[in-house]
Amino acid sequence: MITTEQRAEFRKRFRYNVNQRLITDKIVKIIVFACVIVAIIPLGSILFEVFKNGSAALSIEFLTQIPGAIGTGEGGIGPAIQGTLLIIGMSSLIGVPIGVLSGIFLSEFGDNRFGKTIRFFNDVMAEFPSIVIGIFAFLLIVLVLGNFSIWAGTFALSIIMLPIIARTTEESLKLVPITYREAGFALGIKRWAVITRIIISSAKSGMITGIMLAVARIGGETAPLIMTILGSSQFFAGFNGPMDALPLRIWRLSLLPYESAQAQGWGAALVLILIVLSINVGVRFLFLRNRGKASFWHPRREQKWQR
Amino acid sequence: MAALTNMTESTSALSEKKKYKVIAENITASYDEVVAVKNVTIKFKDKAVTALIGPSGCGKTTLLRCLNRMHELTKNATVTGRVLLDGEDLYSNAQDPIIHRRKIGMVFQKPNPFPTMSIYDNVAAGLKLNGLRDKAVIDEIVRGCLQMVYLWDEVKNDLKKPGMSLSGGQQQRLCIARALAIQPEVLLMDEPASSLDPIATQKIEEMINELKKEYTIIIVTHNMQQAMRVSDYTGFMYLGDLIEFGETRQIFENPRNELTAKYVQGQFG
Repeated sequence: MITTEQRAEFRKRFRYNVNQRLITDKIVKIIVFACVIVAIIPLGSILFEVFKNGSAALSIEFLTQIPGAIGTGEGGIGPAIQGTLLIIGMSSLIGVPIGVLSGIFLSEFGDNRFGKTIRFFNDVMAEFPSIVIGIFAFLLIVLVLGNFSIWAGTFALSIIMLPIIARTTEESLKLVPITYREAGFALGIKRWAVITRIIISSAKSGMITGIMLAVARIGGETAPLIMTILGSSQFFAGFNGPMDALPLRIWRLSLLPYESAQAQGWGAALVLILIVLSINVGVRFLFLRNRGKASFWHPRREQKWQR
Repeated sequence: MAALTNMTESTSALSEKKKYKVIAENITASYDEVVAVKNVTIKFKDKAVTALIGPSGCGKTTLLRCLNRMHELTKNATVTGRVLLDGEDLYSNAQDPIIHRRKIGMVFQKPNPFPTMSIYDNVAAGLKLNGLRDKAVIDEIVRGCLQMVYLWDEVKNDLKKPGMSLSGGQQQRLCIARALAIQPEVLLMDEPASSLDPIATQKIEEMINELKKEYTIIIVTHNMQQAMRVSDYTGFMYLGDLIEFGETRQIFENPRNELTAKYVQGQFG
């Protein structure tokens, strides 16, 4: 039992060190704020650099033309933009459905040994260096088919997407409270309909964030593309041939000793950032508008039981 | 159990008027190693309200969840025994629980409207997701169900608003409307008023009184006054056993079991 004296002592401790707590609170706030600033500085300065150095290169010609002769500063990055859009699109066509379905499987049916094994390999795969996946695609597709191709690049990038999407989908679905599932089941709704129509719509925001992370990740991948689509200075000429992509073009331009090439490299970097950003905003707008409370623009409101 | 059977048979006047809608036989339910319901047999009358009372952890909610096969959805949960709905065994292998759950509505302890759906869609969810497409019919059912729970007048101009924008009491009535929309024959209510204030509770109780003309209602409650007010029959459970079952008046005014007497007098629980 707690004695009266002890209780008095506890009260003293719990109630009369308010000042100290306020100070601790302030200190922690300052530390957290400082950390945010430290994290934002590199991000902000990268964006600033890219905009500063890249915006000068932007022009209709730059966006639509094939690269000019080396060192002249002429021509553009048209094929690279085309290639990046094409390869992001194709990889997403493969990676998003398989990734989302795997995530659904892991979350809804993966509470067993098989699920645990899949989850483990999924996590290992997510941490694979992308160059290794590039080499894998090179051995499996490029060597077998005999040439660098868009197929090989799509294969490599969709493998990179898969584990990210599967994991984020699983985590988002698991966050949906069991009460919503129960409410669905109690209405006699089939399991599949409960998952697709109730659970997924509640988890949509998180799932889309995961998909967008994956898109941004493959949008910037360079190493596996060197091993698969190689790079080219021509527009699309068939899925079985090499293709250019923005990261590859940025890499090549930045290695050149000419100032005009480096300026084009900055321009290409800016274009890549803008593409990823606009895909992100566009997708959120398409899928999360009219949701009222669970979108990028309007974060979910606090649930209130009692008014 | 013999006493129980005698007792229910002695009220033959009532049983002639009202058949048994749901009969649970020898239900034993457990989570992992913990047995929550021990060999309970209980019969629920049609178009009547049956209350299950008892202290926390006595198994009343588990028993309720066995009646629409929700219990087995919990991990490591097991059930044995039979539940007959109009004489059909819910637990026989030939029966898909989904079909039964459409006949047995359920209302949960905490209001749980679907968070991404509007008020209208919440009520329509069970219809739409079970394949009903006819918009006119859905409109009519949504309106009718919201009227049954006395929510229509409060929300008729805001049907597009999210279900979550309602107050707690309104949300719970919305959930009841959602359960009623699939036109069940039995309504299971798991402490439907426990998170509500007295006024919202009163509204829900009035609604139960109205609903029992059409439905078989089984309600789990902690609140003995509530059981007295709304129920026709009461079952008292303790540590997984059904201690006593009978007409509500008899249970509260003239309990046969000592434990029941102590509980309804508020001596423990």
